[in-house]
Amino acid sequence: MSSFSPGFRGRARSLADRLPPGQYPTEQFPVLSAGPTPRVSTDTWTFTITTETGETHSWTWAEMMALPQQETVTDIHCVTRWSKFDTPWRGVPLDAFFEDVETAADFVTVDSHGGYTTNLPLEDLLDGQAWIAHTYDGYPLSPEHGGPARLLVPHLYFWKSAKWVRGLRLTHEDEPGFWESVGYHTYGDPWREQRNWGD
Amino acid sequence: MRIAWRRARLDGRHPQTPTARSLQFTVPGWPGHLPGQHVDVRLTADDGYQAVRSYSLAAPADGDRIELGVQSVPGGEVSPYLADELPEGAEVEVRGPLGNWFVWRSEQTEPVLLVAGGSGVVPLMAMIRAHRAARSVAPFHLLYSVRTPAEIWYGDELTDRGPSLDVHLLFTRERPPGDSRAVGRLAQADLEKQAARLERTSPVFVCGPTAFVETAADLLTGLGLDPATIRTERFG
Amino acid sequence: MADDTAHLDGNCLAGPLSEILSVEATTAWWRCPECARSGPLAKLHVYGPDPGLTARCPGCAHIALRLVRDGDHVWLSLGGGTGAFRFRTA
Repeated sequence: MSSFSPGFRGRARSLADRLPPGQYPTEQFPVLSAGPTPRVSTDTWTFTITTETGETHSWTWAEMMALPQQETVTDIHCVTRWSKFDTPWRGVPLDAFFEDVETAADFVTVDSHGGYTTNLPLEDLLDGQAWIAHTYDGYPLSPEHGGPARLLVPHLYFWKSAKWVRGLRLTHEDEPGFWESVGYHTYGDPWREQRNWGD
Repeated sequence: MRIAWRRARLDGRHPQTPTARSLQFTVPGWPGHLPGQHVDVRLTADDGYQAVRSYSLAAPADGDRIELGVQSVPGGEVSPYLADELPEGAEVEVRGPLGNWFVWRSEQTEPVLLVAGGSGVVPLMAMIRAHRAARSVAPFHLLYSVRTPAEIWYGDELTDRGPSLDVHLLFTRERPPGDSRAVGRLAQADLEKQAARLERTSPVFVCGPTAFVETAADLLTGLGLDPATIRTERFG
Repeated sequence: MADDTAHLDGNCLAGPLSEILSVEATTAWWRCPECARSGPLAKLHVYGPDPGLTARCPGCAHIALRLVRDGDHVWLSLGGGTGAFRFRTA
């Protein structure tokens, strides 16, 4: 029993199976930010994959919308300890973008408008595990939540689901991104509670 | 510098508005502080989870007693607990005093302009109280913006003002009977008179929500004040 | 915090930086390498506190510093880029 602040619990944390260790469920959709919210128009939006050899593959908004679309309903887990169940998204699975991309790289750096970056293994983006999401709960994704389009990788902590995504860079080495370079875990599996560098 | 976390015992709380409280703590070993400084408050749950938030000191140092101002934010993790749940006699941890930038020193003699939005009045109240305690003759001008008359903090103290404190209240949603200004947000006309009474080097302290502080700082710069004299403190 | 997207001032870095610096930090002079604006650290725009504190130039939003607390460590990154210092604080 702590001798300080008796009766303080933080937000309620439950033991439901769907809740990774150390998380609490919320009905809200909290907005965390590390900078001003970029305003990105779909008129000028592009998404670019750059391979380890420098080859680029780009899609405009219209080209992205012409790719096969998927609906997904998933739980998301933020490293700041909130989890939100059954979030409904619509977007394009990363597999569709990678169909014609030749690569031997193992890792990806995600680049966003505003300068944010995050890193993850390429295999975590494929096989229906990740999307470029442009619609949330039936509405165009708002700028605060990463609109017009964000990466969605729900099996990792939500900082990996980069807002305002503009491209992917394929790399041979795992290069730490915005939060990974200041102490956050390079992989970030919520079920193994990989929050920080040493976890 | 490594400022230690100290035990702080809650001695009492007083309502300022329906949702805002003054909290008095005793902090053994408190080193004293300057008006405008803040503390970090740390809460610890039974499972070791900790939350830290910053709160402004509302009064000058009084031995090992300090006063904080807490606005309860609906859905907040820390402020509703501090405002209404922490039992009297129980302890939290505090770290401070913090910040040497947003500070008024009683040896300063120039006229001072204080601009407060809502609970942003808390660190400015520490300056007003220090000004009074030091019997300073530096003219103090407070412009205090609140939504409604019920949301005025420190109402009695601001009514019973001394000769060198001048207070202007500004209502953005609902005004009291007899108030001649139309309700509305802070505008240039609200600042003109006070700004004209300042000297070139007069310090200006602005504290409130981010949008309020942005507006006030822009208006003051527009009135010709040197941006270097304007010190701001924003809260989310 | 009512609005998590709103930024705070460099004032709020006083406590976190006191864990690793021996001099009060908010009055420190700072210059932006991007737009050449300068001023005290207290005037930086700070986003956070979670998942970490990001302090940016009030003029052009270039990153001045980032600070993350992780158990017994404080991570500090100065300027943009992904270099960092890790301080043991306990």
